[in-house]
Amino acid sequence: MTITSDSVALNQWFPVAYDGQVKPGASRDTILLGEPLTLRADASGDLTVQTQTGDTLPTIRAFTLVFTTLGDNPRPMPVIQEFDEPDRRVVNCGSVGVQTSPCRIVENFLDMAHFCFVHTDILGAVDETEVLSYKTRLHEDVDEIWATDCKFFQPAASQSARDASAGQLTDYIYRITSPFSVMLYKTAMGYADRLDAICLFIQPKTETDCIAYMPMALLDDVSSTTSMIDFQQTIFLQDRIILENQRPRLLPISPRSEMPTRADLSSVAYRRWLKDKGLRFGLLLEDAA
Amino acid sequence: MIRLHNYTLSGSCYKVRLLLGFLEIQHELVAVDFFPGQEHKSVEFSAINPLQQIPVLDDGNLRLRDAQAILAYLARRYDTGRTWLPDDPARFGQVMMWLGFAGTELMAASAARLHDAFGFDLDIDRARSDAHAAFAVLDDHLAERQILGQTWLVGDTPTIADVACFPYVALSGDGGIGQEHYPNLRIWQKAFRRLPRFDAVSGVPEFV
Ligand SMILES: N[C@@H](CCC(=O)N[C@@H](CS)C(=O)NCC(=O)O)C(=O)O
Ligand SMILES: [Fe+2]
Repeated sequence: MTITSDSVALNQWFPVAYDGQVKPGASRDTILLGEPLTLRADASGDLTVQTQTGDTLPTIRAFTLVFTTLGDNPRPMPVIQEFDEPDRRVVNCGSVGVQTSPCRIVENFLDMAHFCFVHTDILGAVDETEVLSYKTRLHEDVDEIWATDCKFFQPAASQSARDASAGQLTDYIYRITSPFSVMLYKTAMGYADRLDAICLFIQPKTETDCIAYMPMALLDDVSSTTSMIDFQQTIFLQDRIILENQRPRLLPISPRSEMPTRADLSSVAYRRWLKDKGLRFGLLLEDAA
Repeated sequence: MIRLHNYTLSGSCYKVRLLLGFLEIQHELVAVDFFPGQEHKSVEFSAINPLQQIPVLDDGNLRLRDAQAILAYLARRYDTGRTWLPDDPARFGQVMMWLGFAGTELMAASAARLHDAFGFDLDIDRARSDAHAAFAVLDDHLAERQILGQTWLVGDTPTIADVACFPYVALSGDGGIGQEHYPNLRIWQKAFRRLPRFDAVSGVPEFV
């Protein structure tokens, strides 16, 4: 295994651990973009990240995770202010290994059409499958793609919604915060004007072997932390089995390969954006073949 | 009320939840933050189970650990039809044999899943090859059963042997263990899925 030469991929911040994963005084080996790394926790649990040649990499602690980069000029970390709001429940859902391209994981997260079939009776109902039209826009100041005005009928949109009602029309906003991270805002139970924030940060070990982290900043005074984690993990393990069965594992990026429908608007925008950046890592570039 | 110390994505807890469902036994779930919280290793949980494992079942003053022991207890105590744990000595012995298998050899498939999905540090090649060896034994047994026109591991009705073996077979894809070579396992899983009150868990494939 060798480190990638893709400078777009190298110049990103990636999560390599969640808070508390490496116990004080312990170490853990991991891989980022093909590069083996060792994480060492000091007596207070703070992590040092080193390459095999002993270089110490920079770290940032944010959103319950520890981030590092292999690049000299990484894309800035996203600003997600919800994690700083004092009345939010900030939840660390751990991490889940997924054998596929990081870009397929992002794309699945953006896709509302799969809710009914993959998350039946939770995020979607088999008789309410329509994805209503929504807008996508590139926010040039932060170089992020946003999809807004998304709406979907959900039997149990969150742990607190599951306990409170039999279903609701949920509002969604998606934010693609880097080629390898994406987040969503969705209706929070009992709040008219504020939204729950759920993130997905991906650590690609290789082009087709990833670790996904899902920190959340939720508005919920009722549910236990354990039940909020349980809800999110249940959802993500339903996605995982679908993701791992997709072929090819790399995300095909020629416009010919998959016909876009309206529901796929955000994924078309994502693929174009990746192409414009010149990313190759995790992609199957059919035109170049 | 019966209380099950439970983690939704644990295959061992899933065994117990399945039988509670089949027997329509009222119960309460006590959520244990197994991952990422590792609550089963806490001082508080060690008082509940010194082995630091889930599931644990409380029924009145009785506290039981080990999914297989819990299945046997629930069947004896609550299955009025006495089919899930047969009285016939030979069948009883065979059920116990497969319960032992579910708690030992088959747990290699659980280890592979913990490695792949939750990043547990263990010998994954060993886990997968041990799981394949266990699957081959189960598949061979089911081949013999199917030749006799039988669907289930023991006797002519589903028993707790089937319940104990189902979860880690059905969840094997989560640990990168394919089932292409086990046609009889697939037939058995299909039949299991069709049982009344069957409930899936994330990772159990639809096509099984
Ligand atoms: N013999 C036990 C083992 C159950 C088991 O392995 N449970 C896992 C969760 S699925 C666990 O608690 N593992 C923690 C550990 O063994 O340290 C049983 O069959 O119930
Ligand atoms: Fe999903």
